[in-house]
Amino acid sequence: MRADQILHPTEAGLYCPPGDFHIDPVRPVPRALITHGHGDHARAGHGAVMATQQTLDIMAIRYGEDFTRTRQAADGVTRVGNVEVSFHPAGHILGSAQIAITPDKGPKIVVSGDYCRAPNPVCASYEPVPCDIFVTEATFGLPVFRHPDPLAEMTRLIASMAEFPERPHLIGAYALGKAQRVIALARQAGIDGPIAIHGALQRLCDFHVEQGIDLGPLVPATAKEVDAQLVIAPPSAFASAWVQRFQDPVIGFASGWMAVRARARQRGVELPLVISDHVDWPQVTQTIRELSPDEVWITHGTEDGLMRWCEMEGFAARPLRLVGYEDEPE
Amino acid sequence: MKAFAHLLERLAFTAARNAKLRLLRHYLEQTPDPDRGYALAALTGDLKLRAVTPALLRGLMAERVDAQLFALSYDFVGDLAETIALLWDTDQDQDVPLHQAVALLSNTGKAGLPAAIADMLDRLGPSQRLAFLKLATGNMRVGLSARMARIALADMGPPEVKDIEEIWHGLTPPYQPLFDWIGGGARPEHAARAPFRPVMLSTPVDLDQLRAFDPTDYTAEWKWDGIRVQAINDGNTRRLYSRTGEDIGKAFPDLLDALNFDGALDGELLVRRGEDVAPFGDLQKRLGRKAVGRAMLESHPAGLRVYDAMIWQGRDLRDLPHQDRRAVLETADFGSDRIDLSPLLPFATWDDLAALRADPPSVVIEGVMIKRRDSAYVGGRPRGPWFKWKRDPMVVDAVMLYAQRGHGKRSGFYSDFTFGLWDGPQLVPVGKAYFGFTDEELRELDRFVRNNTTERFGPVRAVAPKLVLEVAFEGLNASPRHKSGVAMRFPRISRIRWDKPVAEADRLETLKDMIP
Repeated sequence: MRADQILHPTEAGLYCPPGDFHIDPVRPVPRALITHGHGDHARAGHGAVMATQQTLDIMAIRYGEDFTRTRQAADGVTRVGNVEVSFHPAGHILGSAQIAITPDKGPKIVVSGDYCRAPNPVCASYEPVPCDIFVTEATFGLPVFRHPDPLAEMTRLIASMAEFPERPHLIGAYALGKAQRVIALARQAGIDGPIAIHGALQRLCDFHVEQGIDLGPLVPATAKEVDAQLVIAPPSAFASAWVQRFQDPVIGFASGWMAVRARARQRGVELPLVISDHVDWPQVTQTIRELSPDEVWITHGTEDGLMRWCEMEGFAARPLRLVGYEDEPE
Repeated sequence: MKAFAHLLERLAFTAARNAKLRLLRHYLEQTPDPDRGYALAALTGDLKLRAVTPALLRGLMAERVDAQLFALSYDFVGDLAETIALLWDTDQDQDVPLHQAVALLSNTGKAGLPAAIADMLDRLGPSQRLAFLKLATGNMRVGLSARMARIALADMGPPEVKDIEEIWHGLTPPYQPLFDWIGGGARPEHAARAPFRPVMLSTPVDLDQLRAFDPTDYTAEWKWDGIRVQAINDGNTRRLYSRTGEDIGKAFPDLLDALNFDGALDGELLVRRGEDVAPFGDLQKRLGRKAVGRAMLESHPAGLRVYDAMIWQGRDLRDLPHQDRRAVLETADFGSDRIDLSPLLPFATWDDLAALRADPPSVVIEGVMIKRRDSAYVGGRPRGPWFKWKRDPMVVDAVMLYAQRGHGKRSGFYSDFTFGLWDGPQLVPVGKAYFGFTDEELRELDRFVRNNTTERFGPVRAVAPKLVLEVAFEGLNASPRHKSGVAMRFPRISRIRWDKPVAEADRLETLKDMIP
């Protein structure tokens, strides 16, 4: 079977005809395999969902228990229609997985979803899965993106908190994954006092703690007086009146985009922290070299840079130009 | 240079002045000599290094990165130095002392420069690479004035800002004697001729307040709408300083040539054509230029209207009463017809002066200055001896079009407002204002913006054109760079007209008619 008979892009997302399922579909479909719980990959309303147990739990937290008619937790190799599928850690957020598709005859395809190879205290590390076709994201697919050591970014945060001890530090971080990672990094970096969290983070932080991830003492940032110098909130909160309770805050934002000053300025951020849950340029190119697939398919992001690199390195590559996925969701 | 790189990065993203001052002070306190001195000079624009051209930098990249990947990267990042800092491939991150980087950029010959720069970049981590490249291209852009740098220095030790300003122009990087003085050592001697001296400033006043004073104790003169300067000829060393001590002489060679006297004068820099004083907009055309063309010198000749004398023919007059200094000026020869003395206004009562203020003989007059006859010349802004009684501001009723979230104390509040006027059936943006309202009014404006948002662009919101703002401003220039063709000076929101229908807001023609 040819590769594009096993997997090809459709308007609903990547579709696998022999297995009759979609991967991370952007609209309701009968059968969906979900790589991870971010809203642009995991949507409600499918007939059946297969994902890691953690991703299923996250979807239930976000959309309610009725987010799908039937669900199945990924466990080892499972036969779906005429292909075998298996889930492997992607190192992106808690529960995130790559999905490997092995047809009876034809190339093995790995859909990496969003993935990251930097150590992350809140999820299992990326695991390379040998394959013939590697489907990769290219969120940070330009050689300017070399994410620094996230602990060094934490050092900058701590230095700022010491330099401006009277100012609360409000760090914007996506509610699922990034927020918990920033908290865990802050703990690693030695911040052991209470950290305040915006109400929108409460349930997802609780879930991480239930999963055995130590986030230390968290207090709600919903009260009129918030008794913590470090406050974590989803970026959308900064446009709301919620911010007004803080006196002269330092506004920060934790994202891979903060490496580029113009991007940080657009957000009106005073303390940009370059902390990303996606592969940067060295990681994505190293991964492709390591797997050395026959073909590289690029789902979304700044694919032109990665296409050019594949061309120079002699990897056959093609962009899938999937729509509906955000660069790095906020 | 790691600390310097960190400082640059923080300054670039910090809008609030006090936060900037604290960042700089901490850096200067924690950094050893001579690096802190070089950093200070780099920030104040006093570090003269070999300018590295964009072509040289592009050449370095062409040898190292695929042209297509470079083009894609540059396109994404939008800044050459930053693109190179991010792209440069090295695992090293040595903390190279700033003075080494400065030495490299001042001592390396042209032929050896590309290799020396590449070698330095190989040793540095990304934020230091950016700092080094910004240093090399001479483009810091962190929004820190030399004045602010001196305030930060004054916060570090006993000398006051005016003391530092007074000796600043005699100092050269890396300012070791200055830091020694701040650290408790001896005051550096004035090495240079024609030093800047702290300027005496006035406080605002109105008619009610003036009635408490005896008019015979005061003189009055016009307050001209130019730039307050200190013009010095000290043994033929000629200098022109702004009131914050910036040396602006380079932009005004014609006036420097006209300083044919021996002394230090306080006055207003103006563009003058014969007896006529040109509007501020004409003067603005001459500002900030590194070199002035002959055509500009002829069409926009600079002149000086003298208000006061600090030094005259070797004598320091600053401790004399204002009327005695004035007497010296009355008989002085300034040596050029570009320089004249600001005449005193005749008045017996404050109402006389009010009448003069209400009808000035020139549009370039922005009010009257009132000075106690017995006042010594004291640097700074003492309360009492000198008053400024500015003309009433111009106002227009404009419509709020966009709002942007503020920073620091205004975080979370929409506090920067773009407003527009009617041009035919359309509202065209004419300016931006972010002060003039109380905290309570800010909360009301913020609520209005949130309830009337039509579109969002990052931190900016477009709002439905529903609210009229009375905008007060000090002056108006024709400006080809603004879409509306006009630029306001010091616009602020003087009243929120919740009551006024937007259809009754002013028209663009009304504003244009106010251009002097």
